[in-house]
Amino acid sequence: MTYIAKPKLHHPSLEKNAHGYTRRDYEGRISTLCAGCGHDSISASIIQACFEIDLEPHRLAKFSGIGCSSKTPDYFVSPAHGFNAVHGRMPSVLTGANIAAKDLIYLGVSGDGDTASIGLGQFAHAVRRGVNMTYIVENNGVYGLTKGQFSATSDKGSKAKKGAENKDSAIDLVMLALQLGATYVGRSFSGDKHQLVPLIKGALSHKGTAILDVISPCVAFNNHVGSTKSFDYVREHNEAVNRMDVITPRAPITAEYAPGELKEVRQHDGSILRLRKLEDDYDSTDRYAALSYLAHKSAQGEIVTGLLFVEPDASDLHDSLNTVDCALNKLEDAELVPPPSALAKINDGFR
Amino acid sequence: MKPITAINDFVVKFANVNGSGSASANGLFAKVILRMGVAVGARNIFPSNIQGLPTWYEVRISEAGWLGRRGGVDLMVAMNPQTWEADVKSIETGGYLLYDSSKPLPASKFRDDITIIGAPLTELIAAEFADPRQRQLFKNICYVGVLAYLLGLESETVKQLLTEEFKGKDKLIAPNFKAFEIGRKFAEEHLAPIGLTVTRADKVGDRIFVEGNEAAALGAVFGGATFCAWYPITPSTSLAEGFEKHCSKLRVDPDGKKRYAIVQAEDEIASIGMVMGAGWAGSRAFTCTSGPGISLMNEFVGFSYYAEIPAVIFDVQRGGPSTGMPTRTQQSDLLLAAYASHGDTKHPMLFPANPTECFEFAAQAFDLADFFQTTIFVMLDLDIGMQEWLTEPFKWDATRKLNRGKVLTYQHLEQGVPFGRYRDVDGDAVPYRTYPGTHPTKGAYFTRGSSHDKDARYSERGEDYTEGMQRLLRKWETMKKYMPAPIIRKAPRRTPDGILYIGSTGPAMKEAHHALEEMGVHLDSMRIRGFPFQDEVFDFIRDHEQVFVVEQNRDGQLKSLLVNEGGVHPARLVSILHYDGTPITARFIVKAIADKMKAVPDAALRENVQ
Repeated sequence: MTYIAKPKLHHPSLEKNAHGYTRRDYEGRISTLCAGCGHDSISASIIQACFEIDLEPHRLAKFSGIGCSSKTPDYFVSPAHGFNAVHGRMPSVLTGANIAAKDLIYLGVSGDGDTASIGLGQFAHAVRRGVNMTYIVENNGVYGLTKGQFSATSDKGSKAKKGAENKDSAIDLVMLALQLGATYVGRSFSGDKHQLVPLIKGALSHKGTAILDVISPCVAFNNHVGSTKSFDYVREHNEAVNRMDVITPRAPITAEYAPGELKEVRQHDGSILRLRKLEDDYDSTDRYAALSYLAHKSAQGEIVTGLLFVEPDASDLHDSLNTVDCALNKLEDAELVPPPSALAKINDGFR
Repeated sequence: MKPITAINDFVVKFANVNGSGSASANGLFAKVILRMGVAVGARNIFPSNIQGLPTWYEVRISEAGWLGRRGGVDLMVAMNPQTWEADVKSIETGGYLLYDSSKPLPASKFRDDITIIGAPLTELIAAEFADPRQRQLFKNICYVGVLAYLLGLESETVKQLLTEEFKGKDKLIAPNFKAFEIGRKFAEEHLAPIGLTVTRADKVGDRIFVEGNEAAALGAVFGGATFCAWYPITPSTSLAEGFEKHCSKLRVDPDGKKRYAIVQAEDEIASIGMVMGAGWAGSRAFTCTSGPGISLMNEFVGFSYYAEIPAVIFDVQRGGPSTGMPTRTQQSDLLLAAYASHGDTKHPMLFPANPTECFEFAAQAFDLADFFQTTIFVMLDLDIGMQEWLTEPFKWDATRKLNRGKVLTYQHLEQGVPFGRYRDVDGDAVPYRTYPGTHPTKGAYFTRGSSHDKDARYSERGEDYTEGMQRLLRKWETMKKYMPAPIIRKAPRRTPDGILYIGSTGPAMKEAHHALEEMGVHLDSMRIRGFPFQDEVFDFIRDHEQVFVVEQNRDGQLKSLLVNEGGVHPARLVSILHYDGTPITARFIVKAIADKMKAVPDAALRENVQ
């Protein structure tokens, strides 16, 4: 591995956000992934999204498991603490950190192997609990670091680079997330930044579990004819149900649209998701309609993208646990250690 | 046949059916004796079952204060037809059998070398209570009434305890009194007192009667733990429940919001993963489990070692391997915990011997975990964890501060204190860390289980890797002086023989010492309380010609650790191993040592032992 330090010097004319940070302040180390990897485009979208929603970089906490995708948190937002966990177990680590420090913004980045194979259980249970996080699956349908084995999101009938056909059914993480109660669910494509950046912005602003399944072709092992996760295949079958803009709480609302064309959803933090419908009959606030729509489209071989479902006023794990407003890691001794008089009383109870 | 006579020194065993509500009556029996100032060692012996299988409760009454299992039964309260034959057989010659005589039993069911005491418990209770569940429950209280008369228990003390027990559910007090009186009155009118007697003494002092799991849970509360992630497993479940119970009283704000969190995870891997996340973010977090859970947690424990993340694991050990004996006790996870996970790893362990130490070590484990930034194992076992023990009351120094270890704050970073996550700044090999979100531009780092340099950057350079691994070894050395020191008991005269032991072997060992000394066998002993072992442990071995290592597993795991960590010649250590799932007894230790000492060429000693 080599490291090429990026110059720290910023051009004075670089645009600054509300906190005075430039886009460069959200960058990370130089990526060590293959040239053209979809994952690097997703990292760039994460950087753009964090910059645009005025997130102070150190208030982000980044998590990942093991795999190509899980390397990427080192490649964006360096001023944030990061945690590269063991394979498939990132959701539990993120959950624990979130319980300890509720005052940060949580971003988990994982891959299809890390999430849908070894980590399917933890993924499911984190979603069930409503952990307040953005969970991005960089989905390429293949194991890259171990040189090209099928993953559990690989479509039945999809061909490997050397010609083998996948015989197993694919796990659809979007359908699973919807069924398990995720409160913000989207699917996108690493090659479509205009769609992806707003989806990430909305997810980071969302209170509750936000799942983004981002198809991210593997240029080394899964970008050939016969693969259903290649750039060409995804472009041909991509069917976006909506286009979204995210308006942060501080931003002035300027654009004007004709009525009926737009749906506005106000989230817990005051951000507004402004959805422009591309599919007439698609309603992003109806979980069961979304499940049905996705099932039908999937059967036709279509890849449905966009903001597929949102429950803007969702509750999260901390609501369930009824924890104090102060982050647990900031509680002082006096708030944690009971007085000796309490212990005397406890002792009496054991006599 | 001469009936056994004993005052404040005998064993009563209750044979019951699991789920029949006998636990509270049996517990009441033990507590009455404690309130009368006589020490009691009490144990539930129970199956892995909810309802229907046999369960026993054994109470050793000992004015001398021996709390370990004695072995043998002087009075059997046989309430379970399934186990009748074995139960009757287990009574010592000259002992007593109390049974429910509502249905006649043939003479062949009894023995002629014990005293048979029949009380028609079912009939007596059926005559006064109509509800089937009440009949079931009050039959148990009824036999406590019979025993109260036979053994001379104070009725007023029984009633006082029942009143305390049902405080808030006051309408249950009167029927319990009634059931108790039915039994006592029957005995008074139809039975004679027996040779076993409890008389008031003053041998309990201010000691408390509590199980180790609850004590450890309370230690976690006082130790500042804010998060418990767990997965139910016998025999550790009551530790998580104890944390919830005490937190709900001690850590709730007036508006109902909680200064703690408990998550029942989907499995043990998620439990320890959550603990890692919380520990990394600066909250004191723990999980509680047993051997099978530790097997599953291995990968994260190795992560904790290498990436240096604080965590506390309470391992309430049970009988292994595999599912093993979930409701029986062993000390058989020592090697598993000490070297958990692949690669070169070592993990500190604490070995409490009683609930008081469970409380203290639990609290201390969080200071150690934060300071050393690694997983601390607190090694309980079923015998300490799930049994109530008579033990010294819990104490807490009001001036004690939680030691959060080496954490750089916003102020430190702002003042320009340099930060490199894995740098040995102080020469003790313990690095500094920062919590996430501390400072806008300084102190962030990327935590990983892959090899890293001292500034937490990914590195596959051999020098970076070995530097880190060697620092971890130096950190291990630093830990030694922070571990609880071993406790040495010197024999009244010089002896070439010594004994090493840990944890719940303590009460039996104390009694065994006494018995051996009566026989003229003198040994120095050392109770080890922490791993890594201090130099004193190896000094002790060096200072004795022969050292017995007493432990509750098949393979001599403590011995293996001593040989491996201290370079001790294996022949210097003689294993005494007890691993049938029951707690070790003084009788077992005495016999084993006496047998081994036969090899000692000292005729006088040999005579004494035999």
